[in-house]
Amino acid sequence: MTDAPLSAVEKPRNQWWDVWAQFRTHKGAVAGLCFLIFITLFVTVGPILWDVDPGKLNIRNKNVRPIYMGLFGSDVKVAWANPMGTDNLGRDIMANIMAGGRVSLAVGWTAMILAVFLGTLIGVFAGYFKRLDGLLMRFTDLVLALPLLPLLLVMMLLFRDPLRATFGPENGIFILIVTGIGITSWMQTARIVRGDVMALKEREFVLAARSIGTPARRMITRHLLPNVMSPIMVSATLGLATAIITESALSFLGLGFPSDFPTWGKILFDSVDRMTAFPERVIWPGLAISLTVLAVNYIGDGLRDALDPRIRGQ
Amino acid sequence: MLIYTIRRLLISIPTLLFIAFVIFMLLELAPGDPMAQMPLTIPPEVKEKMRLALGLGEPWWVRFPLWLKQFFVVEPQYWIDNAFGTNFADGAQRIISFQSRSPVFEIIAERMPQTLWVVGMSYVVGVLIALPIGIISAYRQYSVFDQAGTFVSMIGFSVPPFFSGVLLIVIFSVQLKWLPSIYDTTHVVSDWDSFVFQLRQMVMPVMVLALQTTAQVSRYMRASMLDNLTQDYVRTARAKGMTESVVVLKHVLRNSMIPVVTVIALGIPAIFGGAIITEQIFKVNGLGQLLIIALQGNDIPMVMTITFLLAVLIVMMNLIADVLYGILDPRIRYD
Repeated sequence: MTDAPLSAVEKPRNQWWDVWAQFRTHKGAVAGLCFLIFITLFVTVGPILWDVDPGKLNIRNKNVRPIYMGLFGSDVKVAWANPMGTDNLGRDIMANIMAGGRVSLAVGWTAMILAVFLGTLIGVFAGYFKRLDGLLMRFTDLVLALPLLPLLLVMMLLFRDPLRATFGPENGIFILIVTGIGITSWMQTARIVRGDVMALKEREFVLAARSIGTPARRMITRHLLPNVMSPIMVSATLGLATAIITESALSFLGLGFPSDFPTWGKILFDSVDRMTAFPERVIWPGLAISLTVLAVNYIGDGLRDALDPRIRGQ
Repeated sequence: MLIYTIRRLLISIPTLLFIAFVIFMLLELAPGDPMAQMPLTIPPEVKEKMRLALGLGEPWWVRFPLWLKQFFVVEPQYWIDNAFGTNFADGAQRIISFQSRSPVFEIIAERMPQTLWVVGMSYVVGVLIALPIGIISAYRQYSVFDQAGTFVSMIGFSVPPFFSGVLLIVIFSVQLKWLPSIYDTTHVVSDWDSFVFQLRQMVMPVMVLALQTTAQVSRYMRASMLDNLTQDYVRTARAKGMTESVVVLKHVLRNSMIPVVTVIALGIPAIFGGAIITEQIFKVNGLGQLLIIALQGNDIPMVMTITFLLAVLIVMMNLIADVLYGILDPRIRYD
């Protein structure tokens, strides 16, 4: 920004406009953002438009195939009332994908926010306070050495029943999964934030702020946090992608939400037994998971470029 | 370097003890009762005796050191006895599975070959695919090949194994009927036909796991090659009139491999974790499946031992990666 031509006096722009301008040049990231918005609308606004109860059984109308299958043979059972078909109990698959997506995305976002919050907290404390550094980083290394997937499975199994008794079947499992994913995936963020905070601490503006007597609390919130925002945002996108995959993996292993409560991983898991006869039931939720994660990964890629001032503006 | 290695080994002992303690206490909190599967007609006093027989009567500060002793002393003794025909163990109590009442390590030894075969093979295949992709992507940066490689690795990062595995089964087993969908571990390779069968049943699980490895390793390989291709020594090598293949494959590749080797070592524990899911899809009766069965049956000694073995693997691979880095790169000095 210092080497900008002085003659061209523009209106002062917020740096986030520059970030957005750079982000828009990354085609994959824009496509990813569009898809993420689409899938979010699909699972939030979709159920309002497509007013079918995902849990409603209709045995007479079971095993309806998706509409496009009607093109290949006239003897295939299709119905306009169920564009994606119905499952073996006659539940509408499209309504289930919407309901499941809402849970999967909610789990992903909440777990990611928890993980990023924990990671930032530990990273800032370790980077800013020298006394805490050794202790906190030793702890981070210890957690990194834990076999996380097996431990997550153990946690699911152990705390499922008590939490279900306290918070009800759905909320209990939701809290359990979000907490489980959150406390097992903050370590990368913590390491990155710590490194950046340590580097920032040596800069002149921090020295200046300290010399006028800024207390540590305001030092962190006013001077350090805004400057480590970009690595936090990038690791947040990665965290969202992993959280969605982990939740689906838990559901797929049969240790996630209860069976009448759809999530994308759960629908996939329930359909695997019948995938020889009805492959489309596996494909829909699988595609939803994969495309969402792909979109989020591309957004992360674009954000990384857009937030890097060395690349921005070239 | 040797001192560093020894120091790291010594540090890893408290780390592993702490991890064992965390896993043990987590399982200790388990509300699940290993006696829950028993018939309700068993009188309570008999049930209490059965609990005592499982070793559940003692408090945790007795059982945790006992488990440590069994894991670190008794089991190696049995292992040495088996190998050399000695009698160190002298009939000491081994770690016994609640479910099958047989020693945990015997079951693990039965399951190990299947997992190692599938996981190890997929890791080798994944790395072998990833290295050339990374090299060519970096050498022809922003070419069509590079873009395609980036896209494929993005897919590898994004498509979870439980979907890619199921998708492969739908395409190759259900639609095309080329490959079997279930991995038959009882199959013995004795002649050419059975070898072909073994190959065919290994293709899908290996490919599913290899996709993840390839995605990761090829990215690192590309980044590392790009870092090195712009270095001064590359220009010097070209200026000396060396052929392009010597410059790239001898000078640049060898220097770029240094960080990649450590990434490969660090990835080994992660792929064992991924094998839990892949084994579930292809019905491989390996360690991952054993863990899931043990979890569902409240088989605490089994879960504890497998999880701890994975932790040992992670800690050891971290150590190996760091030591390798120091050996391969003379600029790194740990002392």
